[in-house]
Amino acid sequence: MKEILSGNEAIARGAYEAGCRVACAYPGTPSTEILENTINYKEINSSWAPNEKVALEVAIGASFGGGRALCTMKHVGVNVAADPLFTLSYTGVNGGLVLVTADDPEMHSSQNEQDNRNYAKFAKVPMLEPSDSEECLQFTRLAFELSEQYDTPVMLRTTTRISHSKSVVELAEPVTGLPQPQLVRNAAKLVMLPGNARVRHPLVEERMSKLAEAGASMAINRLELRDTSIGIITSGACYQYVREVFPEASTLKLGMVHPLPQTLIRDFASRVERLFVVEELDPFIEDQVKAMGLAITGKEILPICGELTPERIQKAFAAAGIQGAIVASSSTAEPAKLPPRPPNMCPGCPHRGVFYTLNQLKAYVTGDIGCYTLGFMPPLSAMDTCVCMGASVGMATGVTKVVSSEEQKKVVAVIGDSTFLHTGINGLMDMVYNQSPATLIILDNRITAMTGRQDNPASGFTLMDDPTHRVDLPLLCKAVGVQHIRLIDPFDLEQTRKVIQEEMNRPEPSVIITDKPCVLIKREGVFEKGIVLEVDEEGCVGCRACLKIGCPAIEWRPGEGQRGKAYIEPLLCTGCDVCRQLCKFNAIGRSK
Amino acid sequence: MSGGITNILLVGVGGQGILLASEILSETFMLAGFDVKKSEIHGMSQRGGSVVSHVRYGKEVFSPIVPEGQGDILFGFELMETSRYLSLLKPGGTVVANDLRIASPSILMGKESYPEGLVEGIREQFPDFLLVDGHKLASEAGNARAANTVLLGAVSKRLDIDEKFWLEALQKMVPPKALEINRKAFLMGRSL
Repeated sequence: MKEILSGNEAIARGAYEAGCRVACAYPGTPSTEILENTINYKEINSSWAPNEKVALEVAIGASFGGGRALCTMKHVGVNVAADPLFTLSYTGVNGGLVLVTADDPEMHSSQNEQDNRNYAKFAKVPMLEPSDSEECLQFTRLAFELSEQYDTPVMLRTTTRISHSKSVVELAEPVTGLPQPQLVRNAAKLVMLPGNARVRHPLVEERMSKLAEAGASMAINRLELRDTSIGIITSGACYQYVREVFPEASTLKLGMVHPLPQTLIRDFASRVERLFVVEELDPFIEDQVKAMGLAITGKEILPICGELTPERIQKAFAAAGIQGAIVASSSTAEPAKLPPRPPNMCPGCPHRGVFYTLNQLKAYVTGDIGCYTLGFMPPLSAMDTCVCMGASVGMATGVTKVVSSEEQKKVVAVIGDSTFLHTGINGLMDMVYNQSPATLIILDNRITAMTGRQDNPASGFTLMDDPTHRVDLPLLCKAVGVQHIRLIDPFDLEQTRKVIQEEMNRPEPSVIITDKPCVLIKREGVFEKGIVLEVDEEGCVGCRACLKIGCPAIEWRPGEGQRGKAYIEPLLCTGCDVCRQLCKFNAIGRSK
Repeated sequence: MSGGITNILLVGVGGQGILLASEILSETFMLAGFDVKKSEIHGMSQRGGSVVSHVRYGKEVFSPIVPEGQGDILFGFELMETSRYLSLLKPGGTVVANDLRIASPSILMGKESYPEGLVEGIREQFPDFLLVDGHKLASEAGNARAANTVLLGAVSKRLDIDEKFWLEALQKMVPPKALEINRKAFLMGRSL
């Protein structure tokens, strides 16, 4: 049967068809929807982990127990999971284990654009790279088979353009006859003490050589001979762009990007007049082909930064004077000068009052990864640093170690509930242990909001929507050793300002926890829409104070020959009441 | 159409239902026997940002992205976003847009005003331009929220695909309780 699936949906389907038993992840764009789709298959035990390292460790356990296991994450997640990954490469697997890394060239929603093909090489793990949804499904199935056949974890690399694009996929029935998971003891293989690990390392090298050799005859590494004046080695989304721009050129499409099938590459090189590589981000294939002693053109003409597109490839080849591309008709439309439309916190977002207050208090805010990173945007403009998941807490401690005691009072770290449990908790242990005078605000909106409302250990529900134990954040902070823990209602500006100011002044570690849920949580009874607010036109003097919170429901309407007024859009207003507290003229009130 | 492939772009503001509309389009093309690819970037765009979705169909589609300047139809859900992406259209391309204005943050704050003359500007560059009062027509069909389906109907008129495939896709993708209103809205758009 045919269906139109996204790359992520197709990977979930592929895992199901491969008889996968366990799927585990921490949400991260563009990988998130894979687990949101594995839950459609009751044969797969799907769960969110507090971070990618834990997710991989759960998958490793399932694999050692003999079940096939899938672990998914975005590219930066592999940095967190790298520790178990590098040793997993030594132990190998029992049930097949597939690790998806969803890379994000162009940084559509990421803080860097690392090329995780390097991880495959670094960790000595084979990597497959599909180029559309059909291949996402097929390669996932194949990855499980290769994993067991070669006793190795297998990485599957997607990019945003593959994860979030949809194309036609042919579905099949799941495999049958897989062995029943059971405990098998094999300490020499699974206990990586130096004595055992030394025995394993040569086996890892041997496995990679075998895979490189086998790659020459793998159907996923495909030689397509057409006109031989230009030969292009490519993989993933770039293959599709190359076919679009150079329909007549010969291509070597690599489905396995590590280890590279050298024999096949040499064969291809010998059949074409000039050899090119079209790959996104690093010269990963290019460097290795050059090391083989072959002449190849790649990053001399193609950009190393950002996503490739058919136009970028066509323009790069044209600029280098290489013929053969289909030239796009250029647009006649004038580029319009229009106001930008950046993302914004939602109307009724519980973070708005906190960032407004931090801005008013002129705090030095070390930020983190989540919706609240938007606190950086004007008019809130209340974020000074942002590096990676969980880093806000440690950065706050670090800043206080070097600045004057007066400036120390300004330092506030902000972090969401999910990010706090991901890796922020470790930073808090250090903050207390080393007695930093900084303040930490945990913005607990009871969900992992930025990636699309995923549950986490502090939300009280699992990925399968079953109620479960909810981490008690104040008690957790207490256990870590925090002496001053305050709860605030972020919609109450006066209380929010008073408590934040008091804790900023305190020369000891302290934690403030907000207690209002994300407005997008769909679970019944969590978020109740309040009474809608409206502006009394007579009372509004046009001071613009209410505009300083950047709420999408409040619009400035310039007056005809007189001062403008604020207007609240009733369809968007949630009645959070924050703007009403900003109006010194009592011009904002409950709608009649 | 370039190389037997038809390129459609759907543009607007995050939260307007662009994803669903592009899925109904894709489903229709697959049912009609074509190869289909679609692509969009979401994540940040869920927070009211600018959104563009690409849908391509034909005998065999490679890239999921419409090359710049090769769009056949620009399907706009909001006027400013419709103007923003005009350069993706090929010369002489078609614009079908909703007559709707949504302010962006700098406009909300009164730092800039919503641009004037957008409709005229679009018409000047692309004479094949249909402006639809989606809100009014959808209200007539029974629910103002079905404005997107009215527009979908208007777009369908400009593509050579049998009506039965459109209706089959609607049936598959729209929740049962909203189906009748959406059918009505679709046919109203199709008659424009």
